Amino acid sequence: MQRVVKVTNDYIAEAILQKFPESIRSIEESYATLDIVVAKEKIIEIITWFKTHEVLQFNFLTSLCGVHFPDKKDEELSVVYHMHSFINNIRLRIHVFLPISLPEIPTLTGVFAGANWMERETFEFYGVKFDGHPDLRIILNEESMTYHPLRKEYPLIDDSRTDKDDKYFGR
Amino acid sequence: MTIQELIKMINISGGSSEHDHIMHGKEITEKEIKQYNFLNLGPTHPATHGIFQNVLKMDGEIIVDAEPTIGYIHRAFEKLAEHRPFYQIPTITDRLNYCSAPINNIGWHLTVEKLLKIETPKRVDYLRVIIMELARIADHIVCNSVIAVDTGALTGFLYVFQWREKIYEIYEQICGARLTTNIGRIGGFERDFSENVFLNINSFLKEFPKVLSEFEKLVMRNRIFMDRTIDVGKITPERALEYSFSGPNLRAAGVDYDVRVMSPYCSYEDFDFKIPVGTAGDSYDRFCVRQEEMWQSLSIIQQAVQNMPQGSYHADVPEFYLPPKEEVYGSMEGLIWHFKIVMGEIDVPKGQVYHSVEGGNGELGFYLVSDGGRQPYRLHFRRPSFIYYQAYPEMIVGSMLSDAILTMSSMNVIAGELDA
Repeated sequence: MQRVVKVTNDYIAEAILQKFPESIRSIEESYATLDIVVAKEKIIEIITWFKTHEVLQFNFLTSLCGVHFPDKKDEELSVVYHMHSFINNIRLRIHVFLPISLPEIPTLTGVFAGANWMERETFEFYGVKFDGHPDLRIILNEESMTYHPLRKEYPLIDDSRTDKDDKYFGR
Repeated sequence: MTIQELIKMINISGGSSEHDHIMHGKEITEKEIKQYNFLNLGPTHPATHGIFQNVLKMDGEIIVDAEPTIGYIHRAFEKLAEHRPFYQIPTITDRLNYCSAPINNIGWHLTVEKLLKIETPKRVDYLRVIIMELARIADHIVCNSVIAVDTGALTGFLYVFQWREKIYEIYEQICGARLTTNIGRIGGFERDFSENVFLNINSFLKEFPKVLSEFEKLVMRNRIFMDRTIDVGKITPERALEYSFSGPNLRAAGVDYDVRVMSPYCSYEDFDFKIPVGTAGDSYDRFCVRQEEMWQSLSIIQQAVQNMPQGSYHADVPEFYLPPKEEVYGSMEGLIWHFKIVMGEIDVPKGQVYHSVEGGNGELGFYLVSDGGRQPYRLHFRRPSFIYYQAYPEMIVGSMLSDAILTMSSMNVIAGELDA
């Protein structure tokens, strides 16, 4: 008979710390979801382990996105993976921090096919380069765009544009 | 009309610009051009219901390879959201999946409420459930009747579309808008539902089932419709999960994942409803799943109206819920709260939350990173259309052009949600 385990955040934290003790930077719980910060070298291995673990079974990549923290030295960019285990009905958030000078991280497309466009979007918005991605091109904006608009240094309104005359609207 | 003529007609972009010879970022070789036909389906083609471009590599009428180009209506919502206070973001969410805007609005309010740890009264939850299920019906009747149009049955579309109007009239009585609703506020609704709203909901509940079953009789067991949709655009449950499908498309493949059941929000746990699942993951199953979901939504609305709790239509959170105008003009406290909310003087907790709702197309998620300011530090929308549309090439390869059109409409890709 198979032993039924109630998978809780504590259970996950303990399991991951046992398996990858040196790759886990921190584990926190906020709003009932586990935030795990991991080293970027091990990210694919860790997500694959979560996906194929016989008890945890995080079989669903809910979303993948980037965040920019300009004030964090050498950890300016972060990639956030939301995972969901349908079997245990528990969610999980994995963070990886990257220096903005070298924003490279292995691709997840080999593990989840759905990561393809999510990684392209993250590349476009934040300039994170996903090594091994089959087709890492800009997806939403025009292809000639050379910058990564969701980084914090880019203002919402481009001052160099002359075609937007808002003086009649009091701006 | 021969197939060649038809293809020429569809190939509206003329086939001479340089973009026509690029696929997957690579130049198309002379040899390939001799061997295959390259077809630009879209971006503005009447059969694609929105601005979608697909470069199709075709051998006769069989699709060998496809590449979707997206982003035609990209409006940088995630960047915009970083520059707006929380209460101005619902207008952005309206424009994601504009077929069911209220679900997006309420999804956002729920996300903020989760961050702020606001408990809403039961009445708010029930009112929200009514609105969200009405929106789901509005979303699904558009999708399903359009599938019927793509197989040649225009009548059903025009017939059920009148009932979307009735739903829009209900929205209008609640919030004053029809399409981009901006419904509700952080903490509840701006005003209670009037008598008239409930009368309209009740008459909708009474009359719509007749219409829906007539539509079903017209289409569901129709020989032509079945021949056109069964085994078209198939996906296995394993692939669907790999591609992070959600919503009706995932359920049609046989995976019974529904956010309303898995992570109940808005008191969905109080309601009794079934999650329909398909078996084949083809266009016909997607149609049937949506059809059954509309019946379930009607039953949920019925339950919500019957068991409507008494109480306030908003949570008691003066820090985030604008006071009524009498108080603003008549009392010091009301004026101060109004000023503080509008001028953004109120601190929010630091932290990050993810909240998702079952949108018309699947799991609509909001990942909100707050640094304590009045605007989100980062807001990421998990947009189901964007995520499952990438499986489209895989689903149409090997099928005919007409099946590709049908697969797209049965997946219900909404351009606003796709492009953000």
